[in-house]
Amino acid sequence: MSDASIAIGIGEAAAERENRWGLGRLLRELLRNKAALLGLVILVTIAAAAILARLVAPYDPLFQEVTQRLKPPGWTTPEGRISLLGTDHLGRDILSRLIFGARISLIIGLSAVAMAGTLGTLIGLVAGYRGGRIDDLCMRLTDTMLAMPFILLALAVIAVLGPSLRNIILVLGITSWVSYARVVRAEVLSLRTREFVSAAKALGGGGSRIVFRHLLPNVLTPVIVIATLEVARMIILESALSFLGLGVQPPTPTWGGMLADGRAYMTTSWWLATFPGLAIMLTVLGINLLGDWLRDVLDPRLQL
Amino acid sequence: MFCFWWSLECGLSNWVRDGTMTRYLIRRFWQSVLVLFGISIIIFIILHLTGDPAVLLMPPDATQEDIDNFRKLMGFNDPLFVRWPPWEYLSPPWRFLTDTQYGRFFTGVVRGDFGNSFRHQQPALGLVMERMPATIELTMAAMAIAVSVAVPVGILSAVRRNTALDHAGMVLALLGQSMPVYWLGIMFILLFAVQWNLLPAFGAGSWKHLVLPAVTLGAFSMARIARLTRSSMLEVLGQEYVRTARAKGLSEVRLVLKHALKNAAIPVITVIGLDMGTLLGGAVITETIFAWPGVGRLAVQAISYRDYPLVQAAVFTLALIFVLINFLVDILYTYVDPRVAYK
Repeated sequence: MSDASIAIGIGEAAAERENRWGLGRLLRELLRNKAALLGLVILVTIAAAAILARLVAPYDPLFQEVTQRLKPPGWTTPEGRISLLGTDHLGRDILSRLIFGARISLIIGLSAVAMAGTLGTLIGLVAGYRGGRIDDLCMRLTDTMLAMPFILLALAVIAVLGPSLRNIILVLGITSWVSYARVVRAEVLSLRTREFVSAAKALGGGGSRIVFRHLLPNVLTPVIVIATLEVARMIILESALSFLGLGVQPPTPTWGGMLADGRAYMTTSWWLATFPGLAIMLTVLGINLLGDWLRDVLDPRLQL
Repeated sequence: MFCFWWSLECGLSNWVRDGTMTRYLIRRFWQSVLVLFGISIIIFIILHLTGDPAVLLMPPDATQEDIDNFRKLMGFNDPLFVRWPPWEYLSPPWRFLTDTQYGRFFTGVVRGDFGNSFRHQQPALGLVMERMPATIELTMAAMAIAVSVAVPVGILSAVRRNTALDHAGMVLALLGQSMPVYWLGIMFILLFAVQWNLLPAFGAGSWKHLVLPAVTLGAFSMARIARLTRSSMLEVLGQEYVRTARAKGLSEVRLVLKHALKNAAIPVITVIGLDMGTLLGGAVITETIFAWPGVGRLAVQAISYRDYPLVQAAVFTLALIFVLINFLVDILYTYVDPRVAYK
């Protein structure tokens, strides 16, 4: 082993130690911050409900009983079924549908963010590291995406491709990588001239090694913060698509779809539209609380 | 006030003295043109995503012969971007503009011709322009409401930091940021139109019709601007020149409004520019809920009728307005903060 590689080995070990210490510190900080803790509790509850939907949901979300339609919250049917949050226009239990709807929202939110985050980080890394023409091209591309009226673009694409879970994730993922790319590029631009990058270059590290081993770990912090907050945006966008009729198609229960259904019964049965909206708001609030705290702890300079 | 004019002067004299400002603006102009070019490519591609726009546009019960004829009529058999082999263009390269589908689309866009709307049998751009004033009215009203509520709230929260007022303001802002627009709209209708019968729920006409949609649309920006104003104000208030001004015995009101606000406003202005685009896009949902006769509702209807020329015209026009607004914001910005041009 040469001196240089030993030095790098030591450096990496130190970085790892620092990371582990960071995780402990993070947990301690979390316990101290009430708002973030509240956000975490909300999110864990919703995630658990979504994962254990089959066990937690009182009834089958697709079970229709037209004689028991539009019943208010707390209604008990003659057979003794209690609908805590009432029933919808087809007599389906709203609470059960909300719990199963959480699955769709979380699946779409997480997968779209995973996709957009990977894409955006890659574009940002390449643009920032290579610079020049490639950088110009990427930046014009981000400007173009920013200028697009997003909902209309997504609607038009989904109308062409057909509304399905896969297509919605694809469209959301491909169209929302911009914020990651911009932040990562800016970080890379400032990291590129630092000593550890020059050292890696001097030791003969190739472009992909420098980008993935040395630059990527250093830009992950802002990416994590953005990704957390973006999950909220994705959930809102997905429910907006469902609301406009181009989300995951019925009978699959989705929050946006339930809201859209409830709109027609707004004047007579307020609970149809109110509860799905509350569910979305609570989830998004939880994510925002957690995301804001993560930003304050990990990367206070980040302007979002 | 003096400081403000002074900074304006700086911007102007810089502009005249060396070419930096002009060069910056020319660069920004070409960037905007490139962005519009990119948008034209994207809205062109959307229609061709499935590979066969003829099948997409014809009714499902159309015969194969009908589809073939339609394809020929619309020129869907021509190459999309490049005629193969490419050296066919060696003699007159501008044949690209007439021989390829994108070339024809591009010349159309440059002339403001997106073709006729399938449903209305009228030029698509004309239909969009007819609806544009309503959308702009809604967006402007939403932004005005958002700014006029958010900036004072943000300032008060920053000045009275960690008081009940601050906490209440920020909790409200956080809630506002977490609420889906359409749900807020529905709740507004439920309360103000159905329950209390104060304001009309649908349509346009008087200022009363504008209130609910504008507040709904502006809520998210309001929350965002309030939080940003607060954090940016806090940052400025911690700086030395503020301490100096305070030491000189300036009144707190004067200090905050004249000295701190101007510098705290810079990030807020950027966000307002960016949010105009979000609002134009977000108007799609608000207009649908409140049956507001704007471009967004027109576009959503066009999408459900597969009226693609109209969709393309609407998307392009909205994007064009966004690009224009941001270009103007950037010019304003170089006046307020001339350093921008040198970056």
